[in-house]
Amino acid sequence: MEVSSAEAALSVSASSIRITDVTQDGDVLTFAIASQKLNSSAGVCVFRIYEDFDWLQQSLFSQENLPGLQGIIFPPLPSKALPSQSNTQTKALKQLGFLALGQDWQSYCKALEFYLQQVAAHPTLCKCKALDSFLINSESPGKQRGRKGIFNRLSQAVEEMRKESHKDVDNFFQNERNKNTNLAALSKVATEKLLDVVMTEQKLALACGHFATSLHLCVNQDDAAAVAFSKVCLKLSDVIEAVNRNFEKVASNDLSTLGLGLDLESRYQEAEKVWECVLMIACKLIELETVKKGTEKAKASKREVMEAFQKAVEKEFNLISSVAKQEIERFHSSRVNVLKNFLIGWCELQLNTAKEFAELYSQHLEACRNMYSE
Amino acid sequence: MAASSERSPPPFPDSEEPELLEDSDEGADAFTGTSISEMDSPSPDSTRPPKDIFNEPPEDIFSDPLSNINSEPQKKVDTKIPSPSSDEAVDLFSEPLDDDSEVMSSPEVQNPMPDLLNEPVEAPKSDVLGEPPVHKNAARQQDFFEDPPKGSNNSSSSVKKAVSAELFGDDEDEEDLFKETPKVVTKKPQPSGPPVDVFTEVKSDVKVKPQVKDDPTDLFTEEALTAPAQKPPASSSSSSRTNGVHSEEQDLFSEATVELSLDSPLNDRKKKDAVKPSLSAPAASVASSSSKAPSKTLEELEEEESEDKFDLNISVTNPEKVGDGMNAYMAYKVSTQTSLTMFRSKTFTVRRRFSDFLGLYEKLSEKHSQNGYIVPPPPEKSILGMTKVKVGKEDPSSAEFVERRRAALERYLQRVVSHPSLLQDPDVREFLEKEELPRAVSTQALSGAGFLKMLNKATDAVSKMTIKMNEQDVWFDEKIQDVENEEQHMRKLHVMVESLVNHRKELSGNTAVFAKSVAMLGSSEDNTALSRALSQLAEVEDRIEQLHQEQASNDFFTFSELLADYIRLLGAVKGCFDQRMKAWQRWQDAENMLQKKREAEAKLLWANKPDKLQQAKDEIAEWEAKVTQYEREFERISATVRKEVIRFDKEKARDFKRQIVKYLESLLNSQQQLIKYWEAFLPEAKAIA
Repeated sequence: MEVSSAEAALSVSASSIRITDVTQDGDVLTFAIASQKLNSSAGVCVFRIYEDFDWLQQSLFSQENLPGLQGIIFPPLPSKALPSQSNTQTKALKQLGFLALGQDWQSYCKALEFYLQQVAAHPTLCKCKALDSFLINSESPGKQRGRKGIFNRLSQAVEEMRKESHKDVDNFFQNERNKNTNLAALSKVATEKLLDVVMTEQKLALACGHFATSLHLCVNQDDAAAVAFSKVCLKLSDVIEAVNRNFEKVASNDLSTLGLGLDLESRYQEAEKVWECVLMIACKLIELETVKKGTEKAKASKREVMEAFQKAVEKEFNLISSVAKQEIERFHSSRVNVLKNFLIGWCELQLNTAKEFAELYSQHLEACRNMYSE
Repeated sequence: MAASSERSPPPFPDSEEPELLEDSDEGADAFTGTSISEMDSPSPDSTRPPKDIFNEPPEDIFSDPLSNINSEPQKKVDTKIPSPSSDEAVDLFSEPLDDDSEVMSSPEVQNPMPDLLNEPVEAPKSDVLGEPPVHKNAARQQDFFEDPPKGSNNSSSSVKKAVSAELFGDDEDEEDLFKETPKVVTKKPQPSGPPVDVFTEVKSDVKVKPQVKDDPTDLFTEEALTAPAQKPPASSSSSSRTNGVHSEEQDLFSEATVELSLDSPLNDRKKKDAVKPSLSAPAASVASSSSKAPSKTLEELEEEESEDKFDLNISVTNPEKVGDGMNAYMAYKVSTQTSLTMFRSKTFTVRRRFSDFLGLYEKLSEKHSQNGYIVPPPPEKSILGMTKVKVGKEDPSSAEFVERRRAALERYLQRVVSHPSLLQDPDVREFLEKEELPRAVSTQALSGAGFLKMLNKATDAVSKMTIKMNEQDVWFDEKIQDVENEEQHMRKLHVMVESLVNHRKELSGNTAVFAKSVAMLGSSEDNTALSRALSQLAEVEDRIEQLHQEQASNDFFTFSELLADYIRLLGAVKGCFDQRMKAWQRWQDAENMLQKKREAEAKLLWANKPDKLQQAKDEIAEWEAKVTQYEREFERISATVRKEVIRFDKEKARDFKRQIVKYLESLLNSQQQLIKYWEAFLPEAKAIA
C-alpha cells in the first residue's frame, strides 16, 4: 500500500536506481545515476556530484508541509569522499571505513546507490519533489543550500541532553534508545574489525602476489636438475597465485556484502540516534509547554490561547509519536532484511569462492602429484 | 725457531693445515712411495728400530751437537719454505692426529717438536686438547726419543730423498711407484695380519682392513690401518723391514702411535678414538662398528644404500626440558626405524640434546666437508629462544620455538641419513644407536650466527679467490654463479614467506576479534533470528580463525622452514666450492714452488755447485710429486663436489615438490573445511525472518 503510493509520487522505480559510473576530476567525483521510468522502458541518466546528494538530504530534512517529519528515520548519507586525500589511505579509511576500499570508489558508489534506493523506497520520503528532480532533471539541482547544518546543530544540542540521561516520557522510546546506543557502538566495532580482516586479507593477497612473482625469478634452464626445480617453482608460483586470487576474492566478497551491510547498519544506527534526538526535542517541547501552562495558569486571559496551543502541540506530538513508532517498526524490519540479504549474499559468495578454489587446488594437487611421478 | 714460522706453508693458514695433511695422505695413495714413504720413512725407523737408519745417521746426530745437525736441516727447511719432506712428515703425524683427536694424541707428537722445530701452532692446540700434564710428562720422556728422531728425520730424509730422487730421476713415470703403492696397501694388511691380537683389541681398526683392499684410493684407511699396527711396534717395524721402503710409511704411523703408547694406557684408548675419525674420513668407508659384520665393498654399499634409502625412518619427538634454570636443556627422543642391516636392530630410540646434534654436525663436517661433501647443517642455536624456554614456563612462543626446533632437527637428521656417504659414517650410527654420547663441547662456535658468519666469510673468500682462479671448468663457473643467485632468491623468498606467515597470523587474530564483536552484536540484537544468525556467524568465524592459524603454521613449516633449511644448505654447498678452490690453490702453489725449485736448480747448475745440486734435485722431485698429488686431489674433489651438487639439486627439486604437494593438500583441506562451515551457516542466514 505504501509502496504503491510511493511509486505514484516517484516516476522511477526505486529498485532500478543504479550508479553506473564514476569519474574523478581532481577533487570532484561525478556519479552517473541511471534509473528506469515506471511507465516506460526508457531509462534516465543524470550526473551528480556529492554536493547534490547533500542537497537532496537537506531537502528531505527540511520538507515543510509534511506532518510527522520529525518521526522519520532518514536513510544515512555516506560522508563526503575526498579523492585527493585518499592516497593517504589510512586517513581515508578512518573517514570512510569500508567505503574507501575497493577499486575506483566502487564501494562508495554502492553505498550512495543504496542510499538513493532507500530514500526512494521510503513511503514518506519518496514523495519529496527534491528526490524526483534529483533523479530526473539533467540540470544540477543543488542551488539552494543554507539549511544545511541545522540538523547537525540540533543533534549536537540533544546529544548533550542525552548525556544528562534524560528519561524519556515514553518507556518504549527509552528502551529503544538504550538498545540503539548499544547496537550502534557494537556494530561500529564489528565493522571496524571486519575492516581489519579485509585489510589483512588484502595484505595477504599482496604478499602472495610478491611471493609468486619472486618465485618466477628462480627459474633457471641450465640443466635437467635446474629445469626440474624451475618447474617446481613455477608450479608453486601458480599455486600461490591461486591463493592470492582466493584472498582477493574473499576480501572483495567481504567488502561487497557484509562490509557494506555492516557499514550501512552502523550508519543506520547513527541515523536512529539522530532521529531519537529529534524525538527528544519534540518531547522537550511538550514538557516545556506543560510547564508554561502551569506557570501561566493564573493569567486566565491567556488560558484559552494557551490551551489551544497546548492541544495543538500535543496533537503534533502524538502524530510524531505514532509516525515514530511506525517508523521504528519499519526501520527494524528493513534493517533485519537488509542485513539478512547481505549475510546470505556473503555466505553464498564465500561458499562459491571456497568451492571454486577447492576445485582449483585439487587440480593443482593432481598436477603436482603427476609431476612428482615424472 | 725460524724454521717453525716458515714451516707452515704460506699459502695455507694454519687452520687449513689439517686438510693439507690429510689430503696429502689421501693423495698419497697413488704414489705412496713418493709422498708418504719418503717423508715418513725416516721417523719410524728412527724411533723404535734404530738399527737400520738410526745406526748411521743417529750417530752423527748424537755425536755432533744437536744444534749442528739441526741447524743444517733447518737450513734445508728454510730453503724449502713450504714444507720440506721431513717437516711434512711431522705434520703428517701431528695434524691428522691433531684434528682427529680432540683426544690428545697429537700433543705427544707435537710437544716434542717444539723442542726441535718449534711448532707454535700446534703446541697451543695441545693445551686445548686438555691433558697437558700427561703430555708434558710424555713429552719430556719423549724428548730423548724425539731428539734423535728429529735428527734422524732430517738425516734420513735426505737419505730418503736421495732414494726417491733416484726413483724419480730414473723413471719419472710413476708407474713403478704406482705399482708399488698398491702393493704397499695390500701388503700392509698382511703384515698387520700377524699381530692379530692387537687388532682385535682395537675393534674398529680391524674392519678397515678389508676396505683398504677394496679401494686403494682410501689413503685414510691406510693410515688408519697403520695406526693399529703401530701399537705393537715390533710387529710394525718388522713389517716395515719386510716391505722395504714403502712400508716405512707404516712405520711412520707406527712411530706416532708408539709415541702415544709411551704415554699411558689411557692414551691408548684415546688414540683409538683418534684413529677412528681418520678412519671414517674416507668416502663411505664401511667401518661397521660391529667388527664381526662382514664389511662390504663400496659398490655393494652404494647399491644397497640406494635400495633401502627410504627404509630409514628417523623421527625426533618428545622434546623435554631437563634440569632447571640456565642449565636446563631440551632433550629429544630420536627414534629410528630401519631395515638396514648396518644397524643392530630394526627400531631403536635414544635421547639426545641439542648440542649433541651440533656435535654430530661438527664431527661430520670436520671429516667430510674437506672432501667436497655437502654436510647438511643443523638448525642454528638460538640463545634467545632457548632462554625463553629456560625461563618462561608456559609461553606459547617458547612452545612454538621448541616445536620448530624439533621439526628442524628431524629434517636435519633425515637429510644426513639420506646422504649415501654420511649414512655410513660411524658417528652417525653412533648418534642414532648409542645410548650415551660423550658430551659435545664447544659447539658454540659452530652454531647460530657464528656459523653463518663463518660461512659468509668463507664465501667472501671464495669470491675473492674466484678472481684469481681462472676457472677451466665451465660447469663449475656456472654452478657457482647459480648457487650465488639461488641463495639470493631463497633469501628473498624467505622474507616473502615470513611476511606471508605474519599476515596469516594477523588475519587469524583479526578474525578472532571480529568473531568476538559479532558475538556481542548478536547477543544484543533484538530480532531473535538475526541474533541467532549472528552468534552462529561468530562461531563460524571462530572456526575460520582456527583454520587460518593452522594454515599459518602450515605455511611456516612447509615453506619458511624449508627455505631456511635451504639457505643453510646453500651455505654448505658454497663451502664445498670453497674446498675445491682451496685444493686448486694448493695445487697452484705447489706448481709455483716447483717452478721456483727448477729455477734454483738451473741457477745451481750454472753456478756449478754440485754439492747443492743433489739437494735441489731432491726437492724438485719432491715437489713434482706434490704437484701431481695435489692435482689429483683437486680433480678428485672436483668430481666429488660435482656429484654432490648434482645430487643436491635433485634432492632440492624433490624436496620442494614434496612440500608443494603437502602445502596444496593443506590448502585443499582448509578450503573444504571452509565449504563445510559456510554450508552450515547458509540455512541460518536464510532463516532470518
